[in-house]
Amino acid sequence: MTENDKASSRPTVADRVSSAAIAVDHLVKVYKQTRAVDDISFSLPHGSITGLLGGNGAGKTTTIAMIMGLVLPTSGRVRVLGHRMPDESAAVLGRMNFESPYVDMPMRLTVRQNLTVFGKLYAVKNLPDRIAKLADDLDLTEFIDRANGKLSAGQKTRVALAKALINQPELLLLDEPTASLDPDTADWVRAHMERYRRENNATILLASHNMLEVERLCDRVIIMKRGRIEDDDTPGAIMARYNRTTLEEVFLDVARGRVNGAKEAAR
Amino acid sequence: MTDLTLHRGISIHRIGAMILRYWYLLMSSWPRLLELLYWPALQVVTWGFLQLYIAENANFFARAGGTLIGAVILWDILFRGQLGFSISFLEEMWARNIGNLMMSPLKPIEFLLSLMIMSMIRLAIGVIPMTLLALFLFHFNVYALGLPLIAFFCNLIFTSWAVGIFVSGLVLRNGLGAESIVWTLMFAIMPLACVYYPVSVLPGWLQYVAWSLPPTYVFEGMRALLIEHTLRTDLMLSALAINVVLLVASFGAFLALLRSAKKHGSLLSSGE
Repeated sequence: MTENDKASSRPTVADRVSSAAIAVDHLVKVYKQTRAVDDISFSLPHGSITGLLGGNGAGKTTTIAMIMGLVLPTSGRVRVLGHRMPDESAAVLGRMNFESPYVDMPMRLTVRQNLTVFGKLYAVKNLPDRIAKLADDLDLTEFIDRANGKLSAGQKTRVALAKALINQPELLLLDEPTASLDPDTADWVRAHMERYRRENNATILLASHNMLEVERLCDRVIIMKRGRIEDDDTPGAIMARYNRTTLEEVFLDVARGRVNGAKEAAR
Repeated sequence: MTDLTLHRGISIHRIGAMILRYWYLLMSSWPRLLELLYWPALQVVTWGFLQLYIAENANFFARAGGTLIGAVILWDILFRGQLGFSISFLEEMWARNIGNLMMSPLKPIEFLLSLMIMSMIRLAIGVIPMTLLALFLFHFNVYALGLPLIAFFCNLIFTSWAVGIFVSGLVLRNGLGAESIVWTLMFAIMPLACVYYPVSVLPGWLQYVAWSLPPTYVFEGMRALLIEHTLRTDLMLSALAINVVLLVASFGAFLALLRSAKKHGSLLSSGE
């Protein structure tokens, strides 16, 4: 093999971006005078779990919404599963799914009715079997014929997760999936997400304020502050760089502007 | 499951899924069902008795039997058709379910088609008993209008959908703060559509405005049929032509408002 052959077989930046599950390129979102997202770029490989960290107003939800096509970028590009968003969203929406505190499942419909409607929207094959499997996996069987509005917060979260998994998505976007859950239920949801990623080689992008959750689940962490990416690495590498033993401490350093001091101390 | 698709990949299964969603909702709530029946019945009873009283005291109305009650029924088709469309849409806003739908493979045209079908279903639940009530109490058989009734119905329902699509786009863009438009816009059309009086009553310049609205042609057509026993196909065709323009324009406006909602992030904050 010549040097030229070796060079040509090496993946280019364009190849890496096109083969990524998510590729975000110089993304900007401006709302009136506010730069909610300010020139961010990253790409996520297939089968990875990435945590998106940041305080309130850091731009996490806006970033996820632009990836989903719910918000149009002011400038920059997003590719999801190889397709441009939102122009080619029809090609990918059936292969991805999401859960967010900004949406609810219809309250008057029962869990089974909700899952049936969304299963049909996603053209899920053998839908009754799929619903039965999800009900079993996520422990919904006991209340599957109860109206969604009559469930506890933990039960609703599990139903929302079942909806997010109804089409066995290749890409799962989760915005605060364990917020307002008790520790036991939250731990149970995390275990399920880990298992789902392992069994399906799914890509998961997770926005969370729960640092232990991110440490446990994520291969990689992207920390955002005021719309910009403050850091992007594995949890271990980030903690080492800031000379901290937990992501929570790193988060506080970033949030309180102690970034340079912490990094210098680490050096 | 084999997905049945229409033109440009429009999926019958996804439309069916949305209709199933609204059907589940309707069947889960008896107040929603009762509300569909309550107002149309109240309308027909009130106006029916008024018609009886006027007919006994005015020679013209005695000859023009049924114009008032006919107008009430046709107006209700227009008004309830739009409400049937818009309320199904509002249910998604109230339930904070719009984000789920917009992130699913459901296309805007499929969403709108499902709302149109639901408006027909809701209309049937409310208006069919109303027509039977008119027949039973006032001996006014709207079905005796025959084929013209189909022309009246189609033109009114097309207008109701055009208005429904437009106001749904406004609510999508501006949130539930714009909800009142859903309930009130049709009443702005009412005096101009000349529901209970002929267009000739209006001042000359306002008649031009009235003739730009398809329902005006329908109500004039109804009066021509009931009073002069003449079927005005020219009026029906004019209404149809304007309706086609209105439907295309409202769909374009809906897509533009949806794009604007995505630009301003309104889909994530669909509250007030």
